[in-house]
Amino acid sequence: MGERTVEFEVLRYNPEKDREPHFQRYSVKCREEWVVLDALNHIKETIDPTLSYRWSCHMAVCGSCGMMVNGEPKLACKSFLRDYPGLIRVEPLRHFPVERDLVTVIDDFVAKLARVKPYLIPKPGAPEAATGEYQQTPAQLKRYKQFTLCINCMLCYAACPEYGLIPNYIGPAALSLAHRWNEDSRDGGRAQRQEELAATEGAWECSFVGACSEVCPEHVDPAAAIQQIKIKSTIDWYKEHLMPWLNK
Amino acid sequence: MAEQVGRRPHVRPITSEWIFRHPRYLRYMVREFSCLFIGAWTLMLVCALGRLSEGPEAWAKFLEGLKNPFIVAFHLVALAFAVYHSTTWFQLTPKALPVQLGEKFLPDGVIAGAHFAAWAVLSAAILYYAGAF
Amino acid sequence: MPHCELSFATGSMETVSADVAIIGAGGAGLRAAIAIAQADPKLRIALVSKVYPMRSHTCAAEGGAAGVIKADDSLDHHFNDTVGGGDWLSDQDAVDYFIREAPKELVQLEHWGCPWSREPNGSVAVRPFGGMKKQRTWFAADKSGFHILHTLFQTSLQFPSIQRFDEFYATELLKEDGRIAGFTAIEMRSGQMRRFDARAVVICGGGAGRIFPFTTNGAIKTGDGMALAYRAGVPLKDMEFVQYHPTGLPSTGTLLTEACRGEGGVLVNKNGRRFLQDYGMGPETPLGQPVLKTMELGPRDRVSQAFWQEQKKGNMIPTQWGDAMLLDMRHLGEAKINERLPLVRDMSISYMGVDPVTDPVPVRPVVHYMMGGIHTDIKAATPVLGLFAAGECACVSINGANRLGSNSLTELLVFGRRAGLSALEYLQSGARAAGEAALGAAANDAQGRVRELMQRSGGKETVAGLRKEMMHTMELNAGIYRTSEGLVDACSKLADLRRRYRAIELHDKTNVYNTDLLQALELGSMLDCAEAVAQSALARKESRGAHQRLDFVDRDDRQFLRHSMAYFDSAASPRIDYLDVVITKSQPGVRDYSGGHE
Repeated sequence: MGERTVEFEVLRYNPEKDREPHFQRYSVKCREEWVVLDALNHIKETIDPTLSYRWSCHMAVCGSCGMMVNGEPKLACKSFLRDYPGLIRVEPLRHFPVERDLVTVIDDFVAKLARVKPYLIPKPGAPEAATGEYQQTPAQLKRYKQFTLCINCMLCYAACPEYGLIPNYIGPAALSLAHRWNEDSRDGGRAQRQEELAATEGAWECSFVGACSEVCPEHVDPAAAIQQIKIKSTIDWYKEHLMPWLNK
Repeated sequence: MAEQVGRRPHVRPITSEWIFRHPRYLRYMVREFSCLFIGAWTLMLVCALGRLSEGPEAWAKFLEGLKNPFIVAFHLVALAFAVYHSTTWFQLTPKALPVQLGEKFLPDGVIAGAHFAAWAVLSAAILYYAGAF
Repeated sequence: MPHCELSFATGSMETVSADVAIIGAGGAGLRAAIAIAQADPKLRIALVSKVYPMRSHTCAAEGGAAGVIKADDSLDHHFNDTVGGGDWLSDQDAVDYFIREAPKELVQLEHWGCPWSREPNGSVAVRPFGGMKKQRTWFAADKSGFHILHTLFQTSLQFPSIQRFDEFYATELLKEDGRIAGFTAIEMRSGQMRRFDARAVVICGGGAGRIFPFTTNGAIKTGDGMALAYRAGVPLKDMEFVQYHPTGLPSTGTLLTEACRGEGGVLVNKNGRRFLQDYGMGPETPLGQPVLKTMELGPRDRVSQAFWQEQKKGNMIPTQWGDAMLLDMRHLGEAKINERLPLVRDMSISYMGVDPVTDPVPVRPVVHYMMGGIHTDIKAATPVLGLFAAGECACVSINGANRLGSNSLTELLVFGRRAGLSALEYLQSGARAAGEAALGAAANDAQGRVRELMQRSGGKETVAGLRKEMMHTMELNAGIYRTSEGLVDACSKLADLRRRYRAIELHDKTNVYNTDLLQALELGSMLDCAEAVAQSALARKESRGAHQRLDFVDRDDRQFLRHSMAYFDSAASPRIDYLDVVITKSQPGVRDYSGGHE
């Protein structure tokens, strides 16, 4: 493993200087094993300290460094230069407003996460913390485990054409998170989340493009979560309207 | 409230070029596009029922009309789209209907396979009763 | 519903009024916020962080959180493991409080939905961890910190009294008459300075591992919380104790959890020998059957030091990123690795090109955690009235001279809560708000200092340049083993760097999300923390825990059974003073990690 000079085209935007975003070229001497993030850090340290971007853990667990790399939503810390033989174009994550350079405005996403009530709403009769462990079998854990893995990186929002075209759509990560809580054996809050999930901009906006699951770096499979929500919602609706005696 | 001096978040416009940005989006649009052909074929089926109810003469004329090369071509394309749609649908079904057995989930292939198998059996049954063999 | 008020003070700085403000929204900050919100929903809580909460470095912790829960364990065991592991520098009253609260906090987290890994009967599973006599480390696969952080963050969303200020960088604490009054912070997206008024402030800003070049720590671990308190007159305690985690990836420095060894992984040198047995941690235990508290389950300081010694003998494997040892997990089998160490496998393959299922993984010690930090008492209170601290940025001290793995995630919960409640009690005791005139003036001064940095021209230093020099001297002179010459060199170098810091000129002088400015401010924090580390290390003429001197190889309880206290001086090096360690039940003894111990 040695060195290679890689050409980067990075989107720049400084609202105080630029009317519009524009691309800037950098020629960077890179080590073979680097990821795009390493190259960006090298650019910032040795070539252009004005470049702004978010990053922290460098191990794909904090979710900070989501960007478009050659048109695909990727984590910069997990985009290996060895997979990109030619020019590498880096842009801010699509479908979010650009604040500055590669930094996006993610207020919409954060608000949507909060809207689905993503916390444990205890079932009636649930044990108190003072009484000891809240038991859960490995099988019960397995039921919802994969949906807990979301690192909030928003690659799924960048990949989802529904979110791009219909900004009110609550989106894959928010829905997966709601599903994670709905499927947790300790939770009893499905009814309370239903309003958000069954809304027009909720699960029903999804037309199962499936791009979200394809780009998810943690294999959460939000598309699966959303279809499962649709089925459960439908069953709930039928029960409520056709078998109201169940709901006393 | 202080105005946010200097901030001017830039919203990038969305155009329909998104369809061509990656093969997965094109495949999705083809899948969705199939609904046009399936819809058209359904209309044709409704017409067929209508002709059938008008008696043997009308029905025979309808069947003659079906031999038109454009109509045949339409049927072939519609069949291709329907097969594509059904295939993708069955492949995605396991995502919507996970079956958990203990700590493991039934493999996707089993669930999808069961659907394909049912499809094959039903198709064979219909073709049999239609006199195809 | 309580809501932090925004207003315009005299001049143009927008002011946020809260009852209590928390700086840092990782595990400790979130836990503090939740504790206050639950205890008194009417209090206005401003939760201020330079990153969105889910980016906090708590997310990178992997192995687990310790708490006595199983029948074969006892509070005494946890106490003794922690005090011994800390080489008797831990305050034993604090450790006693910690180990008692630990299981309650972990159970509370479970009731908030944390997806702990389970035993077949549904009870929480525990795994072996370094330096612990019994298994007591609760875990969620190998992403325990991630799950704890997200559980806390999501739980915090149900409290309307917690108002978040994401991506605000706190620059200076404001005091009046020796008590806290608030702080100034830059709203990063606009570059505008805001004044936060709060009668109680809790600092949960994390550690400062980024002062070293090879670290598991993410970009954000720059010691800003420590520096805030330090510059406001609070001493930084035990800063010389920097923990090296034995198993970091040589290429990126990122962490492979201690759980790799807890599950049975072993460390070998270039000859395939499990060399730890040559450094007091033997005899060699059977492959795949780790025995608690010996061999690969020895404490982190001993294992890292063994690496260093072994490297000196030329027994390490040279890689393009420096020498490494091998972490062999092949005998665990693919099923176990996938179930218990999936992140480890993913990282090894992605970043090293090595699959632990089929090959041993090169690893080496990297800086991981700072035992030292903001001096607090057992209730998380600093000497400044109304100012509290918790988490890695604080030093109570429970970790002493060396922290046991999986104690720190629990520490976030126990002391995060404790700090929140202490802040609450302080407010209820009738804390007065500060006067507007004094606050306004102080805030304007703070703003002036940042403006000066931004507008400075003709400076010949750069952020990246000074940072690199700082990291180099820390690695060379303040690493696993230290010498008098090296530390003197580091101290003078860091003093020089602090001076040259005033000559930095920024390349980016704009306002919107200016990360050149942000990194410059972070560098300022790091230089102050680094100098505290080096000076404290120079003054401690003994070897204890993670602080090892080649010129003073023995532990000296007569002179140094005391905490180092570094006091900030803006124009000179910190003054180092000492504070006795609280000893209650456990007199300093020998740390025995050999298989022969009881």
